[in-house]
Amino acid sequence: MKLSYFPGCSLESTAKEYDMSARSVCKALGMELVELEDWVCCGATSAHSTNHTLSITLPAKNIALAQELGSDLAVPCSACYNVLKKTDYTLRNDENMRGKTEQITGFKYSGEINILSLLEAVVTKVGVKSIAKSVKKPLQGLNVVCYYGCLLVRPPEVTQFDNRENPESLDNIINSLGARAIPWAYKTDCCGASLSLTSADIVQKMVGRLMDAAKEAGANAIVTACPLCQSNLEMRRQKGDTGIPAFYFTELIGLALDLPDTGRWFKLHLVDPLPLLNSLSLAR
Amino acid sequence: MNLIDQEGLDFYREIREKSGQPIELCYQCRKCAAGCIANEHADFYPNEIIRLVQLGQKEKVLNCKSIWICSSCETCGARCPNGINTRAIIDALKEKAIAEKLVKGNKVYLFHTQFLNSVLTNGRVHEPMMMAFYKLKSKDLWSDLDFGFNMFRKGKMPLLPSRVKDRRAIKQIFKQSQN
Repeated sequence: MKLSYFPGCSLESTAKEYDMSARSVCKALGMELVELEDWVCCGATSAHSTNHTLSITLPAKNIALAQELGSDLAVPCSACYNVLKKTDYTLRNDENMRGKTEQITGFKYSGEINILSLLEAVVTKVGVKSIAKSVKKPLQGLNVVCYYGCLLVRPPEVTQFDNRENPESLDNIINSLGARAIPWAYKTDCCGASLSLTSADIVQKMVGRLMDAAKEAGANAIVTACPLCQSNLEMRRQKGDTGIPAFYFTELIGLALDLPDTGRWFKLHLVDPLPLLNSLSLAR
Repeated sequence: MNLIDQEGLDFYREIREKSGQPIELCYQCRKCAAGCIANEHADFYPNEIIRLVQLGQKEKVLNCKSIWICSSCETCGARCPNGINTRAIIDALKEKAIAEKLVKGNKVYLFHTQFLNSVLTNGRVHEPMMMAFYKLKSKDLWSDLDFGFNMFRKGKMPLLPSRVKDRRAIKQIFKQSQN
């Protein structure tokens, strides 16, 4: 099974372990990822916050590239996914914007490519049952709160994936790995996102309430599917929060599949997950 | 007696068109405000922003903190019983504030310009450079140096940018997307 792959800017730098684990895990699960050649930045929050036209035309370039390759497009970063999916939705439904975009970018929109978050791709193309069968090392003892963040399931008419208030797709994956996905009420509460650099104090309060809730729920780990969420969860905790490690969901799948390179991913975390994994005899 | 003057009415119509949202349908149920994660840090709740736009209060709403503190989490839009996406309205307000040159000293706006400059230059964001420029220009040099150094040590801050080959196409897109 083949999918086009849009890593996005963060996966080349601050979220390198997400890229490494995503590629490794997809390969192990039989999903071939073909990186879009010469992909461009999706524009993220900065484009849609300052220039509506640019927020459509810039990501449209990537949709054009995906059209050329012909396969559905898997996007690991939630923000990139949301931007690309919104762009696709706009090009599909707004004739005026489609015409303007086609004129600026020079491609003809076909609407044939589906844009999927990597989480959605793993859930719908591989499936939880298949993942469960591939587990070699059940992640027993890992009590995980699943932090979906804002952009995987909202706006609901655009993403059309999972439940907007209480999504369960990631919880199902985590449970299939032998870990325990703990119910909690903060699955889709914003971490503060790109305010991290400009308004660190605000993000610290937002992350603080998430970490407090995770602790109250009895979690020893938090799992996410977004580079910005993961880095906020690691960097913007309250001072002195010895806290729980923040994983990318692909890292936990890789751990359960007993892939050889998991150690390299965990070394890149700012909050070391090895003490926890060692205590549960889960590290290699 | 008019509730709003012509300038206010023009402003309301412009934001309604720019955002594409049915602002007139808001009946202040406050479901958006109840879910807004930025409430305690903002000066207006999402429903208040909509009310200000409805009443043509251009100066008040274009100069508020809320529109820049909004993290675009899409909670308000997902919950509105009338299908109003407040995030889209706030984006339109930000764009208008920029056009009216009301962004002097605004750190969030500065961040967005550095981000987009990096995209214009390389086709992708070179995170280390983008953050360095932002810190220099915002004169906030010392915070997060420990994280930055840690990430650099771990190889998560590449010194060289990853550059797109077809940068000419990027420049074209930027140029033609200007208002």
